[in-house]
Amino acid sequence: MSVADETVQQLRAAALAALAAAGDQRALDAWRIEYLGRKGRLTGVLRGLAALSIDERKALGAAANALKEELESAFETRSEELRRAALATAIETGKIDVTLPARPHRRGGLHPVTRTLRRILDAFRTMGFSIVEGPEVELDYYNFEALRIPSDHPARDMWDTMWIDEQVDGRRPLLLRTHTSPMQIRFMEQHKPPIRVVVPGRAYRFEATDVTHEWMMTQVEILAIDEGLSMAHLKGTLLELMHRLFGGERKIRLQCSYFPFVEPGAEVAVDCFVCNGAGCSACHHTGWIEMMGAGMVHPEILDNMGIDSNRYTGFAAGMGVERLAMQLYGVDDIRTWYQNDLRVLQQF
Amino acid sequence: MRVSLKWLSEYVDLRLSPEDLARRLTQAGLAVDAIVRTGGAWGADIRVGEVAAVDPHPNADRLRLATVDVGAAERHRVVCGAPNLAVGQKVAFATVGARVRDGHTGKESVLKPAVIRGVESAGMVLSERELGLSEDHEGILVLPPDAPLGKPLADVLGDVIFELSVTPNRPDWLSVLGIAREVAALTGATVREPSLAYEAAGGPMKGRAAVEIKAPDLCRRYIATVVKGVKLGPSPQWVQERLVALGQRPINNVVDVTNYVMLELGQPLHAFDYDHVAGHHIIVRRGEDGERFTTLDNEERVLTRDMLVIADERGPVALAGVIGGLESEVTDRTVNVLLEAATFLGPNIRRTSTALRSRSEASSRFEKGLPPELALVASQRATKLLVEVCGGTAYEGCIDIYPGKAREQRVEVTRERMARLLGIDPPTSKVRGVLTSLGFSARWVPPDRYVVRVPYWRPDVRIADDVAEEVARVIGYDEIPAKLLEGAIPALIEQPLRELRERVRDLLAEAGMQEVITYSMTTLEALERVLPKEDLAIYPPYRVVNPISADHEYLRPTLRASMLQTLASNLRYQDGEVALFETARTYQRPDERIAQSGRPVGEEVLPLETEHAIGAVSGRRLDRWGRPGEEPTDFYDAKAYLDDLLRGLGVSAEYAPADEFGMVPGRAAEVRVDGERVGVIGQVHPDVAEAFDVEQEAFLFDLSLDALLPHAGAARKARPVSRFPGVEQDLALIVDRDTPAGAVRAAIESAALVREARVFDVYTGDQVPAGKKSLAFSLLYQSDDHTLTDDEVARAQRKLLERLRREFAAELRGA
Repeated sequence: MSVADETVQQLRAAALAALAAAGDQRALDAWRIEYLGRKGRLTGVLRGLAALSIDERKALGAAANALKEELESAFETRSEELRRAALATAIETGKIDVTLPARPHRRGGLHPVTRTLRRILDAFRTMGFSIVEGPEVELDYYNFEALRIPSDHPARDMWDTMWIDEQVDGRRPLLLRTHTSPMQIRFMEQHKPPIRVVVPGRAYRFEATDVTHEWMMTQVEILAIDEGLSMAHLKGTLLELMHRLFGGERKIRLQCSYFPFVEPGAEVAVDCFVCNGAGCSACHHTGWIEMMGAGMVHPEILDNMGIDSNRYTGFAAGMGVERLAMQLYGVDDIRTWYQNDLRVLQQF
Repeated sequence: MRVSLKWLSEYVDLRLSPEDLARRLTQAGLAVDAIVRTGGAWGADIRVGEVAAVDPHPNADRLRLATVDVGAAERHRVVCGAPNLAVGQKVAFATVGARVRDGHTGKESVLKPAVIRGVESAGMVLSERELGLSEDHEGILVLPPDAPLGKPLADVLGDVIFELSVTPNRPDWLSVLGIAREVAALTGATVREPSLAYEAAGGPMKGRAAVEIKAPDLCRRYIATVVKGVKLGPSPQWVQERLVALGQRPINNVVDVTNYVMLELGQPLHAFDYDHVAGHHIIVRRGEDGERFTTLDNEERVLTRDMLVIADERGPVALAGVIGGLESEVTDRTVNVLLEAATFLGPNIRRTSTALRSRSEASSRFEKGLPPELALVASQRATKLLVEVCGGTAYEGCIDIYPGKAREQRVEVTRERMARLLGIDPPTSKVRGVLTSLGFSARWVPPDRYVVRVPYWRPDVRIADDVAEEVARVIGYDEIPAKLLEGAIPALIEQPLRELRERVRDLLAEAGMQEVITYSMTTLEALERVLPKEDLAIYPPYRVVNPISADHEYLRPTLRASMLQTLASNLRYQDGEVALFETARTYQRPDERIAQSGRPVGEEVLPLETEHAIGAVSGRRLDRWGRPGEEPTDFYDAKAYLDDLLRGLGVSAEYAPADEFGMVPGRAAEVRVDGERVGVIGQVHPDVAEAFDVEQEAFLFDLSLDALLPHAGAARKARPVSRFPGVEQDLALIVDRDTPAGAVRAAIESAALVREARVFDVYTGDQVPAGKKSLAFSLLYQSDDHTLTDDEVARAQRKLLERLRREFAAELRGA
């Protein structure tokens, strides 16, 4: 081994030992200046080349350059090591408790009755129904008479009514609509078949309140009139609604009932989605939950509206949103909804 | 309506269990709401026995030994203390192990063998109290002589009661026979009609009474029979039991017969004391306005021409179909009875009974419209019972005045119509079978139709679709398949106001407010707190005649009162920020629209229902931990929600200081879009807040969605982002205290080269002169087409300051 070789080897050993000893960024920078800097020790070795023979110069030059590369690479590795170690320390000391509560945000929300109503409307909208609304303060004519419930008709008992203490033109009684059905008439006055509308809105009943009765309610009425509509379409439409609200395995049941504006008339129930029809408190141990009244639009109403009942048939159905919301949200007192207690409303 | 299955089984065999029968009836439209069992608790060890012998007790005077035969040669000897015990009686007998009640304490226990005064006794003859039937423990219950020996008592005395909801189109279901007809049709059984034949031993009817109908428009038929020599007293047990089972109180045998037949057949009847009908002459006429008459409830009624009365030659004896008169009432002195079976016009009866607040079992049947044919059947049936139950003697025949004789109802139904309506096409044999079982007669007339004759008790069936319903409900709606709608979807109808409202709901909820839904009615007092009295005087809110409570009497012309009430109820248990909103209608007088906009009202006759969105904010802001912090919410919290809403709607609004009723002066603003007022925002006046029990500062905004609608939802166009760097400059200005920052900012933003100006500080105090404030703005100067030079910015700022000095007397702070 030549002297030159020996010098390079010594330098290498010293440099690598010093690098391994460098524990932080400052020591690392100092090492870099000491060994690789412009006035560093490796440069010093190269400077000494002038005193050597050509062959020695060649040999030493190559060795010194190789060492430079080696040291630079070792430096990179070491600095990466140090960076990782620093990061690991920072992570270790910077641990947070992820279970602490979030920074509070203003948390708003829609009323459960609104949410329920929207689910119903969305279901009908995808079945091609348009949403229309009508007045809440109505004429007796639209709420009753045009729906085949003349004054002094016993069916008036089915809708206990709140009256306004004045008449239009001094004789046409004003009332708070007891259902959204008057919009059937208003709509048919303006539109001819095919008709597919869903009418949401507030309705009012002069009724004592209890866990299942509220005097103000949100109702949804549907009306479809076209050629060839039968009770099978009524059934299919309502079944589809129940599937969307409560899942595809639900069944519906239609039983005969009476509403003066439909014939045949039906009461519609869905099999209980809590117990799947086995019987539980939600369905009063019957396996079924009453959902709405429905039926085929009475032909006299069609004819009165200028729609030929020999050509067109149609169906209508009406349901209360609050009761459905009770089922969906597991609330057992209907009066909960309009107490507007944030402790309840903000649960949903 | 209640019906006893025991009574029902007299007219039809009941082949289904009560539960199955109830299900079937409910499917077909006669809803069974409840099934009540009476006497159901008795076990098979309580049976009908016959007292075979009564012997004295060897050791006690007041006790006796009864030998009771329970059939099949089974005999028991027991000790009995009942004074009414006698040989030959049918009694309720309990053997050891039976569950009976204690005659004194009423507690239930299991009967054990006992030794009473030295005599063994293994069984018991039971009193009503021991059976749990009543409180009567005076003696044993004596059963009718024909009670079958050895049968479980539950089979003899027990009954099942259906509680039914009868729809108003089916008055025939307000009768046991009518329900029997339905049961027969649904179960394939046959109806046994009650017997109408009776012995008329009294001779000819002629000359005994006269009937005259002076108001044939209100009385279609009037039938009178006369029964003389009735023995007034309590009804026999079977009549009383049936009345009680159906919820009627037994009165006396004559009245009970009329009630019995009403329940049995559905036709209300009235029995007059024949000797108190002047001239034995019935006149059916309208009342006279102001005519007075005392009804049997001892109330003097004032009549009108709209009311139908039954009168004699002196005056009214009854209000037709509603209530009888006091004078002609059947009493225990009554000997001769005139029985009325009549058909009155339904709506008239309903109007009268409603007007007099005297709705009864009778009027509720009449008002639904009864068929005249029924009157004759009921007349015969009741006359028969007056003879057989009350021991009277009937005259032959009846007086039957029938001006409103109706033709038999015939309906034609095509097979195609039925199929089109129902979505099923039942075979003709099925259709005919169903209709026949319901008492219709249906003839198939090839090639395509049925001709259906409707039985008299079904006047509700008038058109083809009614017949279709009959077929469907008996076959069962379950047979109808479910089909989705086909065909073209009608054009979608836009409802822009509705869409705006739903968007508002979403935006306010997203902004952090909770939606509430409050009642549409409130009190006048609450409205007076939030609206000027003058306005309420000029445009009084609509009033409900029959509100559910005094708290909900007036239709609200504003949502503010309800919102403040809801806010108060939530602040009661909550210190932290409460932010509520509601979107709902308000109810205005139509002429207010003229007042507000000068536009004509047109044909609108109904109240104007205008949509509003209201928000309320109060309470303390939350700290890092979600607890109520130190700072109360303020005007700018409320404004933040409103800003979020308006930005979401794509609306640029201005806030102009304004005085608003119910709000703190100087802390309220009008919200304007394109110069038009769309709403207000401000702090609720402390007096108003206090009146609603809101103790904190509270802030409201109230937007008219109708006013907002024309401005909302316009698509915003994108503005390119400048490629050139901007220059930021801060500007602190001294202005008068009352100068609105918004106006200064608008002026700054309209200046050349200014892209944006933000307020970042407002200061009043020692550092600025009295009556002045410092407004600090951070400005961004930027150009779309070049990099601004310092020179350009300095020039622009100079010009801006000159303008601000001119327009707002603004001085640069520290200058």
